[in-house]
Amino acid sequence: MTLVIFFPFYPTYICSINKPINRLKMKIVLRNIVVVLSLMLVACGGKEEKKKEGFSVDRAKTLEKTTESPAVTNAVSASERVDLDNKGVGPIKSVTLSPEIDAEMAKKGEEVYSQMCMACHRVDKKFIGPAPTGILKRRSPEWVMNMILNPEVMVKEDPLAKELMAEFNGAPMANQGLTEEQARNVLEYFRTLD
Amino acid sequence: MSLHFLKKITINISTMKKYSFYLAAILGSILLLTGCGNQNGKASSDGALASNNAEKVYVAPGEHDEFYAFMSGGYSGNVTVYGLPSGRMFKEIPVFSQFPTNGYGYSEETKPMLETSFGFIPADDSHHPDISQTNGELDGRWLFINGNNTPRIARIDLKTFETAEIIEVPNSAGNHSSSYITENSEYVVAGTRFSVPIPQRDMPIKDYKGNFKGALSFISVEPETGRMDIKFQLIMPGFNYDLSHPGRGKSHGWFFFTTYNTEEANSLLEVNASQNDKDFIAAVNWKKIEEYVENGGGTMVPANYTHNVYSDETHSATSTMKKEVLTVDPTKVPGAIFFMPTPKSPHGVDVSPSGDYIIGNGKLSADLTAFSFDKMIAAIEGEKFDGEAYGLPILKFEDVLGGTVKSGGLGPLHTEFDGEGNAYTTFFISSEVVKWKLGTWEVIDRKPTFYSVGHCMIPGGNSRKPFGKYLISLNKITKDRYLPTGPELEHSAQLYDISGDKMELIYDFPTHGEPHYAAAIPASILAPKSQKIYKLAENEHPFATKNVSEARIVREGNEVHVYMAMIRSHFTPDNIEGIKVGDKVYFHITNHEQDFDVPHGFMMIGQKNSGLLIMPGQTKTSVWEPKQEGVWPFYCTDFCSALHQEMQGYIRVSPANSKIDLSWSLGE
Repeated sequence: MTLVIFFPFYPTYICSINKPINRLKMKIVLRNIVVVLSLMLVACGGKEEKKKEGFSVDRAKTLEKTTESPAVTNAVSASERVDLDNKGVGPIKSVTLSPEIDAEMAKKGEEVYSQMCMACHRVDKKFIGPAPTGILKRRSPEWVMNMILNPEVMVKEDPLAKELMAEFNGAPMANQGLTEEQARNVLEYFRTLD
Repeated sequence: MSLHFLKKITINISTMKKYSFYLAAILGSILLLTGCGNQNGKASSDGALASNNAEKVYVAPGEHDEFYAFMSGGYSGNVTVYGLPSGRMFKEIPVFSQFPTNGYGYSEETKPMLETSFGFIPADDSHHPDISQTNGELDGRWLFINGNNTPRIARIDLKTFETAEIIEVPNSAGNHSSSYITENSEYVVAGTRFSVPIPQRDMPIKDYKGNFKGALSFISVEPETGRMDIKFQLIMPGFNYDLSHPGRGKSHGWFFFTTYNTEEANSLLEVNASQNDKDFIAAVNWKKIEEYVENGGGTMVPANYTHNVYSDETHSATSTMKKEVLTVDPTKVPGAIFFMPTPKSPHGVDVSPSGDYIIGNGKLSADLTAFSFDKMIAAIEGEKFDGEAYGLPILKFEDVLGGTVKSGGLGPLHTEFDGEGNAYTTFFISSEVVKWKLGTWEVIDRKPTFYSVGHCMIPGGNSRKPFGKYLISLNKITKDRYLPTGPELEHSAQLYDISGDKMELIYDFPTHGEPHYAAAIPASILAPKSQKIYKLAENEHPFATKNVSEARIVREGNEVHVYMAMIRSHFTPDNIEGIKVGDKVYFHITNHEQDFDVPHGFMMIGQKNSGLLIMPGQTKTSVWEPKQEGVWPFYCTDFCSALHQEMQGYIRVSPANSKIDLSWSLGE
């Protein structure tokens, strides 16, 4: 019975020393032999043959062409793109920004940001996720808050958020459980980051 | 299975020699099946019934169970949480035993939970879970459970499903008539199974009789926090106090304990403790004793016992050694303790929902004894005593007897109630559950169990308001119920539908460890308040890294404290240098996630304790003592995101005399 178990691996080892062109043919032939041999074994009632010993194996990596990832349709990466009309998907439908930045709100927002967000978002450099500096030049306030409050749905349903996730290696934006008020304060803090 | 059919098969295939093996197998199976007949409780003989039962226990994917059931783990020392009716296991809650799955009892924060007067104890034997009550009804705030071997009582918080507190019980040994609570959770009660010298001292074992004592401990439960404190210990005669239950309703204020070995034998108890025709149920008027101690009664004696408390704010436990305990000599409180003679080494003692009847389950008897609370009070008031034991009055059996259930079974152990006036008693020796009626004492139904049932449990079945519907039998012997797994088998639980007149066995499921007793509660009471995360902002752990900018490493001699944060999917920091051979490295790791069900794990190569599983917003600490130079990896053990495999880091370990400074970084 050892042979039956052993045989299926045999052709692969042989194949790897052949040129790719011959490989497929070779494989088919060998597989057929294996099938026939296996059937014979069963028919014979399991007569065992001695396993051949001491063959060498060349484990050189086969060079297969990997499929190319689909071409990027937008010349500008998702993180650089400007889209101020998109409000995103989530609880925030409309945000009115006061002409002046509310310093107290921004301060509260900064506190929340540094505890809840900074593990992944450094203020002015790309880290696990994009940096918030200048974010309101590229995104609507609603989009920013929805991304904070509703990230699981955003990365599925908002095309831009979806693209961003791909751009950032598939790292998911964590839902940090902020209240709307906290998210609004974070937004105010982002207004101070130009 | 007709013989004619068998014969036909035999004739048809007897000539086909090459199939002789199959023939043997088929015949073997047929014989086995025939041998078992229909006594194995399998519903396979009736397709319609089986599918009906399947519907009763089927909880569709994504749907939730109707009840939470908490089962003691026995020698696992823990508690497992199941859903009813599905029998699906949701969680194992570590209580008295180290639990490498999440680091309980290994992490620096939780090691104090397992401290005792005997030092750090890594395991125990947990027996009788009981859910806190208000007005005699389950309120679902806490679950109490006893550690039997090294006597302790634990309180589990039913918001977090974590062990919140453990108190050791001094002067006790084999903490078995525990951990039952009074109807407003005033006390959780712990009685000793083994009597011992009090205080412990070096003395001949043969001098047991008259010298050993049994401590019954009344542990107060602070109404808001659940915090436990031993209010008093009753120092009783040296019997074995086996099980207990509180009075309720009209008998609220009393507590009932079964005893065996009233012979006070110290060897070969199997024989010597079964000599007396009757042992006792001790009726304790705890309200009276409470009043006595509140008026300055009792004697404070030196003792050593730990009180371990876990805080959800610091995510850490503290252990305090307590040095004294208040003891009460029962003869000093007249009218507080009475013995009710109970036939044949009673095991369980259970009180009906109204509090009218106290059921004694004489484990070597065929009958059950139901004492009447009203008759007991009348007998006490009439001072009709039948002698005394160590100065404590014995009531006349006939005077307090409410009724006898002539069950026809053998070896009654425990009784639960359904709230419809019925009681359900398990019989170990005859392997069955018997349903009978309170008051008329008539047997209504009986169903076999597979095999040798210990406790049974009805949700709320030991409260004023049982929920009925299901009964679980917790069986001691599994044998052939499941696929065999070598000599060691998990114990088996069986689910009965008790909504009709007749009980119906509808499901079997294996349980972990040895569940003795269990407690169940409607999911609608617990599920809505189940905690989802710990708030990072409320984390008061002294070594928390609440902000990644605070991630750092501090050396104090050869102790190194790593303040580390984790979030999908990296550690801050993830490259550490300047650690030396001989250092003791404390990883204090804070999970910065604030989303439900995103724990992260931590393991470090060569770590001599368990890894950690850290909940969102929580901080846990693990110690690592590098012994070899090199660059050593650590990683997240809980698959947390698509980039989980990337969640890793390195620590460079240099020779002990190296001059390399501590440094740390992430992404630089």
